Amino acid sequence: MNTARHNRFNTFAAHGVLILYTLIALFPVFVIVINSFKTRKAIFREPLAMPNADSFSLIGYETVLKQGDFFLYFQNSMIVTVGSLFFILLFGAMAAFALAEYRFKGNLMMGLYLALGIMIPIRIGTVAILEMMVQTGLVNTLWALILVYTAQGLPLAVFILSEFMRQVSDDLKNAGRIDGLSEYRIFFRLVLPLVRPAMATVAVFNMIPIWNDLWFPLILAPAEEVKTLTLGSQVFIGQFVTDWNAVLSALSLAILPVMALYVIFSRQLIRGITSGAVK
Amino acid sequence: MTALTLTNVCKSFGSVEVLKDINLTVEDGEFVVFVGPSGCGKSTLLRVIAGLEDATSGSVSIGGDVVNNIPPAKRGIAMVFQSYALYPHLSVRDNMALGLKQEKQPKSVIDERVNKAVQMLDLNAYVDRRPSDLSGGQRQRVAIGRAIVRDPKLFLFDEPLSNLDAALRMNTRIEIAELHRTLSASMIYVTHDQTEAMTLADKIVVLRDGKVEQVGSPMELYNNPANQFVAGFLGSPSMNFLKKVEIDLPQNGTLGIRPEQLEVVEQGRIRGRVTHVERLGGDTNLLVASDQNEVLTVRLFGQDPTEVGQSIELDFDDSSAFVFDAENQRVR
Ligand SMILES: Nc1ncnc2c1ncn2[C@@H]1O[C@H](COP(=O)(O)OP(=O)(O)O)[C@@H](O)[C@H]1O
Ligand SMILES: [Mg+2]
Repeated sequence: MNTARHNRFNTFAAHGVLILYTLIALFPVFVIVINSFKTRKAIFREPLAMPNADSFSLIGYETVLKQGDFFLYFQNSMIVTVGSLFFILLFGAMAAFALAEYRFKGNLMMGLYLALGIMIPIRIGTVAILEMMVQTGLVNTLWALILVYTAQGLPLAVFILSEFMRQVSDDLKNAGRIDGLSEYRIFFRLVLPLVRPAMATVAVFNMIPIWNDLWFPLILAPAEEVKTLTLGSQVFIGQFVTDWNAVLSALSLAILPVMALYVIFSRQLIRGITSGAVK
Repeated sequence: MTALTLTNVCKSFGSVEVLKDINLTVEDGEFVVFVGPSGCGKSTLLRVIAGLEDATSGSVSIGGDVVNNIPPAKRGIAMVFQSYALYPHLSVRDNMALGLKQEKQPKSVIDERVNKAVQMLDLNAYVDRRPSDLSGGQRQRVAIGRAIVRDPKLFLFDEPLSNLDAALRMNTRIEIAELHRTLSASMIYVTHDQTEAMTLADKIVVLRDGKVEQVGSPMELYNNPANQFVAGFLGSPSMNFLKKVEIDLPQNGTLGIRPEQLEVVEQGRIRGRVTHVERLGGDTNLLVASDQNEVLTVRLFGQDPTEVGQSIELDFDDSSAFVFDAENQRVR
């Protein structure tokens, strides 16, 4: 087919470029992780050196863990991220199915309206959102964050998923209808498994911005017991003194769960593509 | 009793009229084939019958009951799709059983019917496999099994052989014909392939642009086409149409002559040059460019020594020729 793919030189060049990109992308992460294991002095003296017997120190991690609430922050972040992803995928897939599958008046307008959300950043509405949360009594709850992130993630999710759902064979859905399956069973049992790779893509796209967000936790849920990890780590960054050991350790720890989630989703992604489930 | 009656069925998608005033009956036990070029509305008509699309107007009745407002699962039909449409997450057995489970049939009935279909289609070795572990032909047999198990009043096939390779297509075609004989069920079969239509049908319905062109048995349509479209669509190689020929034709009319009715002679009414020869062993097809600049196909039985470039004269028996008027309707 594509002869360029089998060309030795091109393969080599492509791998070269990808490896270079990987190195550049991973470099900051690498610097964060190595410095989190060094003494404060060593961080400033030689930021790029590996920790050795002299400079090795776990002081950063000790500070972070002694900070007591770190595990609570961690748990809050986890709840918010997983909860938001769950609702984004559930409601996004349902809306996408309706838009892709049913002909009804206003189908196109509804699709455009939802797509509009991709272009308008949700932060523009922060003041209104805050007022709403105050009135509904949701300020300083994790629900406030979950609801906002769900709203933020839905437009792109609907857009991507409806495109994929259009590609699911009509014959398969029709076979289900003739066998007497309800529209819900058709959606959950026939269509969703076939768009799993797209769901994983949407999950990966949404996960990292939610995990890293500082804006909404700061405004909607700054109370101690609902702080997220990103917000919690801010205590180490002061206007005059910053505890770099603690900041770097907190950041290193924060990478771990995102990586775990990513591995889970990317497995799905690859499995979905390679099993050829759609055909 | 009639298995299916369509009365003035129309279907539009927005402003596009896809089916235009279709009237049709299918008798009990009849094998009816809808044939027509791609995009003429065959699948849409089948989906209207199945209840997967609503007719814009007109009525559909199955087994004597009007079913316009009845969902697909309760219409007493079963459908086989071109793309097999097997449930990827279920085994062969469960694929077949799902419809009956949804009907809340007792397990003994389900097992009995599934086993019978498995026997009939020779699928014993595969009942516990997933569809992805089967070949195309096996998948299509499972899809047929899924239809049989439901014991429907009416079978609907939508181009079931189009995704199979040539050899398998012929075998499966014969299997479907045998199935029709054993079950003596009413079946509607959609195809764009005139060979399938001719070989399977009790009755052929020729469709074009959402309209019924002609209905009849294969030989009726072959021997007595009502218009130039039907004449050209059925038969392979297809009929020759000539405008400039030494015979009396109506104003702007066309003469139709089947390739096997043309004879190579010393002195005939058509003169030309052979531009291509297809040697099939049993037959030989000649492509001839006439001196009036028209292209003809000639079908000779057996093996023929004619070479490309040779000059040739052709003639035909007037009684075997068809005459069409300026509106492409048959003149008798
Ligand atoms: N859901 C639909 N929306 C709009 N147009 C459609 C739809 N389904 C089919 N059509 C149109 O109807 C015509 C007939 O289609 P179809 O019944 O699939 O033809 P066939 O099966 O004979 O090839 C085509 O022109 C197709 O574009
Ligand atoms: Mg079709």
